[in-house]
Amino acid sequence: MEKLVNDFSFGLFFWQIILFVLLLLLLRKFAWKPILNAVNDREDGIKDALAAAENAKKEMQNVTADSEKLLKEARAEREAMLKEAREIKDKMISDSKEQAKIEGDKMIKQAQAAIESEKKSAVADIKNQVAELSIDIAEKVIKEQLANKDKQLKLVDDMLGDIKLN
Amino acid sequence: MRKPLLLKIFLAAVLLLGNSSFANVKEAASDEPKKDLKTEIKEYISHHLQDSHDFSLFSYTNDAGEHVYVGSPLPVILWDNGLKIFSSSKFHHGETLAEVDGNYYKLYHSKIYKTDAEGTINYDGEHHPTNVKPLDFSITKSVVMMMVTGLLLLWLFSSLAKSYVKNNSVPTGIGRFFEPIVLYIRDDIAIANIGEKKYKRYMPFLLTVFFFIWFLNMFGLTPLGVNVTGNIAVTTALAVIVFLITNFTGTKDYWKHIFDPLGDGMPWYGKLIIYIILVPIEILGLFIKPFALLIRLYANMTAGHVVLMSLIGLIFIFKSWIGGPLSFGLSFAITLIEVLVALLQAYIFTMLAALYFGFASEEHDHGHEEDAELVHL
Repeated sequence: MEKLVNDFSFGLFFWQIILFVLLLLLLRKFAWKPILNAVNDREDGIKDALAAAENAKKEMQNVTADSEKLLKEARAEREAMLKEAREIKDKMISDSKEQAKIEGDKMIKQAQAAIESEKKSAVADIKNQVAELSIDIAEKVIKEQLANKDKQLKLVDDMLGDIKLN
Repeated sequence: MRKPLLLKIFLAAVLLLGNSSFANVKEAASDEPKKDLKTEIKEYISHHLQDSHDFSLFSYTNDAGEHVYVGSPLPVILWDNGLKIFSSSKFHHGETLAEVDGNYYKLYHSKIYKTDAEGTINYDGEHHPTNVKPLDFSITKSVVMMMVTGLLLLWLFSSLAKSYVKNNSVPTGIGRFFEPIVLYIRDDIAIANIGEKKYKRYMPFLLTVFFFIWFLNMFGLTPLGVNVTGNIAVTTALAVIVFLITNFTGTKDYWKHIFDPLGDGMPWYGKLIIYIILVPIEILGLFIKPFALLIRLYANMTAGHVVLMSLIGLIFIFKSWIGGPLSFGLSFAITLIEVLVALLQAYIFTMLAALYFGFASEEHDHGHEEDAELVHL
């Protein structure tokens, strides 16, 4: 201990304090503050970058989810459109079928009516012709019969007899 | 990394064992010239451990029998009824008196004493000089080394700071080596001991003291042979600064802990008896902590230098093909360990300083304590 006290040099102590404090102040200003600030800034930067990356990742996930949703919607819409189109097609086909049927029926009916009327007129025609023919025949017959008197009389008698019967 | 170190320590142990047995043989062999050499080496070591007033690199004895010193003299600044500044070359390495303004000064065991014109030094009963010692503010070898180290640190770290600005916060070159150390001091010394909230205030001091001690320790291992951190005045100055910072930044809780360590845990009449013993111990503790710091650093560095130089001295004592290489190997191993110690002592000093700052800046969370007590009930 005595040796320690004897070794103690006040001058060196004095210089050490002065130099150390000076060094401390200079280093603080020119070295430690800039270094620590730079390191802190860098660490903050890294932290921010990591957070940003995390956010971006989340956003990406959101975007993917969104696009998937959109895709699903689009697919559903397409399905719906296709279904509708099919329905319209079916309806159109059935509608046109029905119409065609109605039209056909109508035409058939018209044709039938035309046939009927043709038939009627043909029958009437035939009747007329038959009537004419019969009249002609009757004329010829009558003419023949009326060529002699007996026969005329007889005819009259017959006719009269018919009337009586009526 | 670990394995080679262990190997070296093992090697050192083997050499140590071998050495002691060889030493016995050698001692028996040569008796007369060795004694002189031994005392010379002993004196050389004790001289080396002390500060000196000139920066001498080495000395030798020339053909004419004169000691020739290679190095440069340093300014001597004395306060002896006024400032006296002169070059240390006037002392001629303690061989002559320096005469300044009619006063005579003598360099004796690295200390300057005021003497009469003949340079007589009076001794007391225990062979201590009783001459007047003027206040010595000389720029000694240690002061020069501190200046050099300071400039080196300033240049190194301000260029590192600049490289951050230039390279967008990415360290380059030597910065890649120093940045992890700076970060280690911040994360594992400052934040770990002081806490996230207040560590920033202490960072400049912790970083400065760490690198200052480390660099000076490393310089001590160079052949320049400066033993700055092994000087009691230097470590005292560092410890005084730690003491001042600790107590000037002390919070209310810190002082409360010293003068009222038990707090509300005990009624006042109970405290009265205990505090008569407890408070003086706490106050003593304030001084013991930095005192332990200064002694630890001083003792470690001095011991390292003594061991290393003794081992190197052994090479000259043995003067043989076996002993010489063995002591060389041993001193080499010890040098490697000293490199580790240089770092370790800087680390320990910084670590303990941070610990004391942590105590001083601690703020107890009182609300939390009450909660804890409620839970306890």
